[in-house]
Amino acid sequence: MADTANPGAGPGHSGDGETRRDFLYLTAAAMGVVGTAAVAWPIIDSMNPAADVRALASIVVDLSPVEEGMAITVIWRGNPVFVRHRTAAEIETARGVALDDLPDPETDEARVQKPQWLVMVGICTHLGCIPKGQRVGEEKGEYDGWFCPCHGSHYDTSGRIRKGPAPRNLDVPPYEFLDDTTIEIG
Amino acid sequence: MSEFKPTNPVIRWIEHRLPIFSFIDHAVGSGYPTPRNLNYWWNYGSLAGIALVILIITGIVLAMQYTPHADYAFDSVERIMRDVNYGWLLRYIHMNGASFFFIVVYIHLFRGLYYGSYKEPRELLWMIGVTLLLLMMATAFTGYVLPWGQLSYWAARVITNMFTAFPFGETIVTWLWGGYTVGNPTLNRFYAFHYLLPFVIVGVVFMHIWALHRFGSSNPVGIEADGPQDKIPFHPYYTVKDLFGLGVYLTLFAALVFFAPNMLGETINYVEADPLVTPAHIVPEWYFLPYYAILRSVTFDIWFLSAKLIGVILMFGSTLILFLVPWLDRSPVRSARFRPWYKWFFWIWVFDVAVLTWVGANLPVPPYLYIGQVASVWYFFHFLVILPLLSIFEPTKPLPSSIGEPVLKGGGASAAGAASKPMEKA
Ligand code: HEM
Ligand code: FES
Repeated sequence: MADTANPGAGPGHSGDGETRRDFLYLTAAAMGVVGTAAVAWPIIDSMNPAADVRALASIVVDLSPVEEGMAITVIWRGNPVFVRHRTAAEIETARGVALDDLPDPETDEARVQKPQWLVMVGICTHLGCIPKGQRVGEEKGEYDGWFCPCHGSHYDTSGRIRKGPAPRNLDVPPYEFLDDTTIEIG
Repeated sequence: MSEFKPTNPVIRWIEHRLPIFSFIDHAVGSGYPTPRNLNYWWNYGSLAGIALVILIITGIVLAMQYTPHADYAFDSVERIMRDVNYGWLLRYIHMNGASFFFIVVYIHLFRGLYYGSYKEPRELLWMIGVTLLLLMMATAFTGYVLPWGQLSYWAARVITNMFTAFPFGETIVTWLWGGYTVGNPTLNRFYAFHYLLPFVIVGVVFMHIWALHRFGSSNPVGIEADGPQDKIPFHPYYTVKDLFGLGVYLTLFAALVFFAPNMLGETINYVEADPLVTPAHIVPEWYFLPYYAILRSVTFDIWFLSAKLIGVILMFGSTLILFLVPWLDRSPVRSARFRPWYKWFFWIWVFDVAVLTWVGANLPVPPYLYIGQVASVWYFFHFLVILPLLSIFEPTKPLPSSIGEPVLKGGGASAAGAASKPMEKA
């Protein structure tokens, strides 16, 4: 090893300018970088969600009291999740839209597990406001779904962005039906 | 501007071992030679320093009463307002002190733009100043979250969400929040940063002054001093002038604190944060309105870039572009006094910023939206196109031959010049 780093020369010296010392500088610097990164990571990662925060990651919701045309908001991981029991008319409008008309093309079928139950994270994909449209009497926007007042994003009855600055449709969280009217989110 | 020679034996003893008194004398005393023609626009630097000290002192005592927990923060601020002795006063000074700090620093910055203070050899001084502005913004933003009112909460959410415009945005934002939304972990770390950053600012202020003293202050005519006859000692001439300015400043500040403490704030921040209800109208503090207007002006995608990403980039870019000003403006003349065209464009730009402030306070619907779009375009056009073009085409006026000339009116120049020669040698 020492020989290859320093062929045929006296200690710490060689004809072409490369020395054992250069090698030591390089390895010391490399170890320094690795060491610093190893110490930096715990500091950085400590700012990520802690175990108790992560533990709140799934909830069970009973949908039986939610009648057709009604909507409820539940809290999942500190964020609102919109559950709307859609009417036949709402489903029909959502399915009648041509994909070309959508900024973020996605079929309604791909966004629901059962057509009458629309489950979405109720956070505008623009800058995180809570869109209006869950409660009776609130403005629902031009597409009769949800309207985000912060910077004017309009979502349709499938929660897809139709107009305004939001780039994506409202997110669908991971969930599954435990039985006909119970879901587990997360 | 003689050498510093203390007579007091105690001071001499200390000075010999730690030359701190001469250091102070060189910084703000009789040992700091200053151009003799500085006008009142040169008061704002020292005012900013005092505004910072006021914020730090009131902040530290507020911190003794404040509870950084999502469940208690709002109530602890209400307690400061109602129960703590003079709590209302301390909080109103801190709140409005932040506003005044921004007013002073913005004027300070506009002064720099008007008189070309950023030019050779003060580019780095200018860039340190822009860094200070960025640090102030971060401090004010984290501070505004602490009272945990509706706007505290939603401003934090909207602003942190901007990072989702970048690749790995969700990961970054979750990390910033320490959760899946703005919550208690977020409040805690914002408090830690809000306590830390002002002291970082103090450190950077020292670098700012260090760089300033390398070449000394520029001045309203923008030519370098010819010799000692163009300079006067900082103390007592400018210490007195700065103190007078401070008196005016404190009078206005007291008027605001005592008679209209909530004028610059939003009432809805006296409603406790509710993660499930977005206020109908989210507005930032007034000093962030122009940036907010630029952010919201981008309503269309360009190419593969989303409107959201472009808006965020332009918003940050509007401040970052200031770093480049020394190289965008290549005109050899510093002061706008001798730049007949730039003078106009400067005021148009100031007006443009005022328009953006007004637009930022309104909902992004026509006509505000369109006005905001025009004003945003002009903001960047000014820096990226007007400044470089003026550097080439503007016919500048002749510069006076010395700092003394405009004061001594014409004939005085040569007389002063001649008289200065022997003085310089003396
Ligand atoms: C660069 C200097 C500073 C700026 C620009 C600044 C700005 C702000 C702002 C805008 C608020 C919100 C006021 C409100 O609406 O209630 C605030 C609150 C607060 N700040 Fe500062 N601050 C600064 C320095 C400090 C320092 C050095 C401390 C002490 C460690 C501090 C401690 C606090 C506390 C405890 C609050 C919450 C209480 C309250 O809301 O009044 N600040 N700050
Ligand atoms: S956050 Fe909803 S439109 Fe901006």
